[in-house]
Amino acid sequence: MIHVIAFYLFAFVTIASAVFVIMVRNPVHSVLWLILAFFNAAGLMVLVGAEFIAMLLVIVYVGAVAVLFLFVVMMLDIDFAELRAGFIRNFPLGILIAVILAIELFVGVVANNGGKAALGTPDGSGAAPAGASNIEAIGALLYGKYLFLFETAGIILLVAMVGAIVLTHRARKDTRPQDVSRQVRRRPDEATVNVKPEVGKGVQL
Amino acid sequence: MIGIEHYVVVSSILFVLGVQGIFLNRKNVIVILMAIELILLAVNINLVAFSAFLGDLTGQIFAMFVLTVAAGEAAIGLAILVIYFRGRGSIAVDDVNRMRG
Repeated sequence: MIHVIAFYLFAFVTIASAVFVIMVRNPVHSVLWLILAFFNAAGLMVLVGAEFIAMLLVIVYVGAVAVLFLFVVMMLDIDFAELRAGFIRNFPLGILIAVILAIELFVGVVANNGGKAALGTPDGSGAAPAGASNIEAIGALLYGKYLFLFETAGIILLVAMVGAIVLTHRARKDTRPQDVSRQVRRRPDEATVNVKPEVGKGVQL
Repeated sequence: MIGIEHYVVVSSILFVLGVQGIFLNRKNVIVILMAIELILLAVNINLVAFSAFLGDLTGQIFAMFVLTVAAGEAAIGLAILVIYFRGRGSIAVDDVNRMRG
């Protein structure tokens, strides 16, 4: 019973906050509603016993992605009222397409109730070992069967990081960084000059 | 009892809301990126639910990779947004076609 109540609570709050994400006027509030949506989605995942992914969702999204969004929203000085200009005009088309999409998806669910399509059954290669907790089983699978995919995911993150830095980095003209190789290359004869001024005359520098 | 259908319905509603968000906020790139995150969250809920109900952890592994790609996509998208704003002083995507390659 408590399971059912928890499911409906998490599901309702997730969907309600998703509605607020796309509806509210201020993008900062949008980000905060997005955080709530992710928290409750993590709750939904805990309910089916996927604790690791749920905690990962909280850490990655709430800890990193949402903060990144908040930073960008607050850093850019944007006139949000002007950006909202087409909201009412786009509303009917958006609702129409959303309704069509929702009906199609629900037809799939209803058809599944009428008679299941043959999807095959899992071959057991991904089954959790007996007695292992969720995180142990995921670790065994991730560092065993899916090791190369895991490393590829690391490379994707590295490329994303390098890309973000390269995109937003700008060389400032007004700074004077130290150029070590130029300092080392400098020789006395090109840096100093030997003059013998006549008495009473200055030196041309 | 809560079955797989309940999870599929929740994730399809979330998916539709994400698509709806892209249509409603066509000018505001930040909200469009957030709507894409909602869509990816719906996909993740689906993957995790099926993985749990089938007793096969592969879905959860795959959800992790979706998470990776979503994080990278948010970082790159926001970086592009920042340099676009620096150049134009606005983030209205209606003007993006002015870049001309």
